[in-house]
Amino acid sequence: MKKENTQHLAGVSRRSALKSIGALGGAAAFSSIPGFTGMVHGQTDEPVRLGFQVHRTGIGAAYGRWYERTTNAAVERINNMGGINGRPIEIVGEDDGTDPKRGAEVVEKFATQHNCDAAFGTLFSHVVIGSAPRAGELKLPYLVVSEGHHVASGILNRYTLQPCITDVKSQVQAMAPFVHDNLGKKVTMIYPDFAFGHDHRDYFSEAFARRGGTILEQIAIPPAETAFTRYFPRIPRDTEILYHVMVGPAVLTFVKELGEFFGGSGPALFGFIDSLEAVDMNSPGLEFLDGSYFWEGMPRYQQEGMLEFDAEYRAAVGVDANGASISDSRDVSTYAHMFGCWETLHFIRDVMTAAAGSGNMKQAMIEAAEGVTDIAESIEHPQGAKLFNGKTHQVFGHQYISKVEGNRLNVVHSTSIEDTFYPDEVDYTQQEL
Amino acid sequence: MEFGPHFLLATLEGALTAAVLALTAVGLSVVFGIMRVVNVAHGEFFMLGAVIAWFVSTLVGVHPAIGFALALVAAPVAVGALAIVADRLVLRRLNYDPERTIVATIGLLYCIQQLTLMTFGPDARPVVPPFNQRIALPWFEFGEQGLQVIWPWGFGITTYKLAVIAFAVIILVGLWQFLARSRFGLVMRATQLDREMAQAFGIPIDRVYGLVFGLGAGLAALGAVLIVPIRQAHYLMGHEPLLLSFIVVIIGGLGSIPGTIIAAVLIGLSDGIISVFFSPTLAKIIATLLVAFVLVFRPQGLFGLRSA
Amino acid sequence: MIRPSRDVSLHAGVLAALLLLFFVTSAYHNGNLARIMVLAVFAMGYNFLFGYTGLLSLGHALFFSAGMYGLGISMNHLDMTVLPAFGMGILASLAVTGAIGFLALRTSGVAFMIVTLMFAQAGYLTILLFGKYTRGDEGFVIQQAERTLFGIDLTDPTNRYFAAFALFAVSYLFIAWAVRTSFGRCLVAIRENEARARMLGYDTARHKYLALLASGVLSGASGAGYALLFGYAGATFASVQYSILPLLWVLLGGAGTTIGPLVGTAFAFYLVDVSSEFTSAYLLVVGATIVFLTLFFPQGLSGELRRRLAPWLP
Repeated sequence: MKKENTQHLAGVSRRSALKSIGALGGAAAFSSIPGFTGMVHGQTDEPVRLGFQVHRTGIGAAYGRWYERTTNAAVERINNMGGINGRPIEIVGEDDGTDPKRGAEVVEKFATQHNCDAAFGTLFSHVVIGSAPRAGELKLPYLVVSEGHHVASGILNRYTLQPCITDVKSQVQAMAPFVHDNLGKKVTMIYPDFAFGHDHRDYFSEAFARRGGTILEQIAIPPAETAFTRYFPRIPRDTEILYHVMVGPAVLTFVKELGEFFGGSGPALFGFIDSLEAVDMNSPGLEFLDGSYFWEGMPRYQQEGMLEFDAEYRAAVGVDANGASISDSRDVSTYAHMFGCWETLHFIRDVMTAAAGSGNMKQAMIEAAEGVTDIAESIEHPQGAKLFNGKTHQVFGHQYISKVEGNRLNVVHSTSIEDTFYPDEVDYTQQEL
Repeated sequence: MEFGPHFLLATLEGALTAAVLALTAVGLSVVFGIMRVVNVAHGEFFMLGAVIAWFVSTLVGVHPAIGFALALVAAPVAVGALAIVADRLVLRRLNYDPERTIVATIGLLYCIQQLTLMTFGPDARPVVPPFNQRIALPWFEFGEQGLQVIWPWGFGITTYKLAVIAFAVIILVGLWQFLARSRFGLVMRATQLDREMAQAFGIPIDRVYGLVFGLGAGLAALGAVLIVPIRQAHYLMGHEPLLLSFIVVIIGGLGSIPGTIIAAVLIGLSDGIISVFFSPTLAKIIATLLVAFVLVFRPQGLFGLRSA
Repeated sequence: MIRPSRDVSLHAGVLAALLLLFFVTSAYHNGNLARIMVLAVFAMGYNFLFGYTGLLSLGHALFFSAGMYGLGISMNHLDMTVLPAFGMGILASLAVTGAIGFLALRTSGVAFMIVTLMFAQAGYLTILLFGKYTRGDEGFVIQQAERTLFGIDLTDPTNRYFAAFALFAVSYLFIAWAVRTSFGRCLVAIRENEARARMLGYDTARHKYLALLASGVLSGASGAGYALLFGYAGATFASVQYSILPLLWVLLGGAGTTIGPLVGTAFAFYLVDVSSEFTSAYLLVVGATIVFLTLFFPQGLSGELRRRLAPWLP
């Protein structure tokens, strides 16, 4: 702590020294000398530049908007507390259009044009997988908030981490015991027919079978589908639980048509909140969801006596107790995912602080991150305590299961961190830095 | 579900798709058939219809049915007017050159999407249907006591979906009558057959083109208003109707409005029915290939003339 | 009328300029140019069919992704090295183009547009259907360690640039040569008036088929090159959007000119890149610019150059 302070002071004094040179009219001349500029960059209050890959346009835009709001709130907090090693954070936001090609271009831009110290914030898996190779090659720490299994599956690289949101493999396998023990033994699954859906299909089926349950039917919906009723007759009559997960703009249609199809007489429903992120629970047509269950990454509706720092976090990011924007109650957040940006920024601050003073900040940052294990619940990690695995670059954390009661989601079960564990599939520390 | 009800349900769903598709595609068909331009922004006119319906029905906020009725008029008119402006400012200046129109309408597409994103936002927003009751449908089965009426699980439709189908049919019949009997319809057909000749007879081609473009966009918007209580407004919703109506217009035969309607029904229904027999993605592949092969062996479309 | 020396000096000049740009531009623009050169090959392939032969396809994403997956799957599932895998990419695009061309060329005009669009959509959905191997929309990574050719690490910025340059140069010279042959002249004749070309005794069907094959293979080479140099293959590249993009690039740059595709690809890239620095509503700028260009540059950028300044432009 003391060391940090002295460094900070040293930085300030150098800057004031520079200022006095400026007063003498020599600053411009000095800063145009390459060697001198380098020294200035390394040691003053020059901001820490973080590249933020935002889904501003494309199908991820609803998430992107809230990821951006959360990010801004976190940066404001961190900068008010003195920034990173005394340097303020500067966010360099670039739209990736929710497209893997543009995503990779944006990562290049962060590394080679904006001179960012790290990049973060990507949600959609195809953008992560399209961008990560470039981040690895350019040796730019790339911290994603995606919940995909890509990082831990070992296909990415040493510079890519997912430090603050659990992956889909963890999420679904942690759901299986609860579903089996409380809701029913015979499951039919409906999921989008692409990789995210396939992860749900494979990992849930496996975990559910381990517990002794049966998967009756797996219904894959083609991507970009806008009408769903015609697929529902495939649901076997003896289904006890319908497991559903959908992403994209048609999610609300999906849920509504499901309700109309069963007309109040169907099986119990268990879904992933991905199907209703940024969607108001009071939307017309959602009444039938009453009594159904949802996975939540972080509970959208404020829960009494749970998550000590939730209220403070909500206030900071501008979200009310119902998970909607403070300024517009119809503007519902992507609450179950966006905490990842808030926590990731604090994670970046911590590992950069730990790596302070080393010659190659980016490498040192990765090594510092790999050394992290326990992350305590705090205002900086309001979703709950977590365990980071430095070898697989993936974090593990608590999951929440909520029941829809009177148009709100009430948490009925939280899993332990251990419920989300699975054997390592990769050891990134073996790769060269 | 049993095969019978499953088949019937898929057919009903297919009919709903067909109804909305027919409206949207007829809009593209008049533009394509008469002006001979590919309007890539047609899907965006559809999307704008849905978005305006959301704004109107939310802002009015009396009874959902009143807001919806208002949207049913306001959205097509507003979108049609916008299209006429686009025709004036852009397409006419391009002299309706087919290739340049494609690029220009791609440009329009970006502009419309971005403006919608900035005003309406990235979320999918629902519009309350004016009425919506679920009707459980019966099925007949030979059981131990002879013919029995059963109520299969999930076998039903909503009144609103039925109303959409009926409304689309009424509009299409009305449009057909309008084009067949009115003076404007006559002028349109004359322009389609021979542009120079029509001009020689004193038909103001520019004004006809502007109105045709507006009519096409208005029909797309009308289709969108009808579907939005079922499928929500979203700023990227224009892609699918664009592709589908484009396909329908070609399959039906260029410039043939009955052909377009029949093709819309065929494609809507086959999309629903094929889904009964195959896994969903495979069904999509088969339906897509079917369209390709129809055209490979009948390039002029089902009802087009060979020369088209 | 056309002095060949001007042609040759233009082509040599374009290639020399691209070589020179490597040394004078920053690391960031280097990376962009490598990308643009690879994608320009896609646009050139598209231009060969559209600009020179007059066939407007909406299915080129499939040819591009055939090359991409031909290489990607060969490397990731069949453990091939770069060179044979690249060959597999070319073969895959040749096979796909050959089969689709055989059917689609029975049609022309708008029917050709829809048939190619439908085959490409079916291809896109097929990639999703075989998600086990393709990882569907999410796609897969081609690992950095495997992307080496003759011991040269293709992930190194310099090597990547020159690999992209090589791919571009070969394709560019091929097109420049092909359009000057009697075969190429015949394609233009088909574009202008197919019936007349046929009447003059040309086997127009064969010409069109060969033009489509060349177009498909160039697109496939671009796809394979893209996957190789940027380490990723995914279904997004097979979606409709990537069929429309080469059309847009070619029309912006100037259809039926040899440098048009490069100009269009570079212009479209920097239009997005630069405008997104000033405003988050950059799509509005992009859209308005496109409309503006079609209004005032009817032949595309290099087409306009040809019309106003250099009528000899090939």
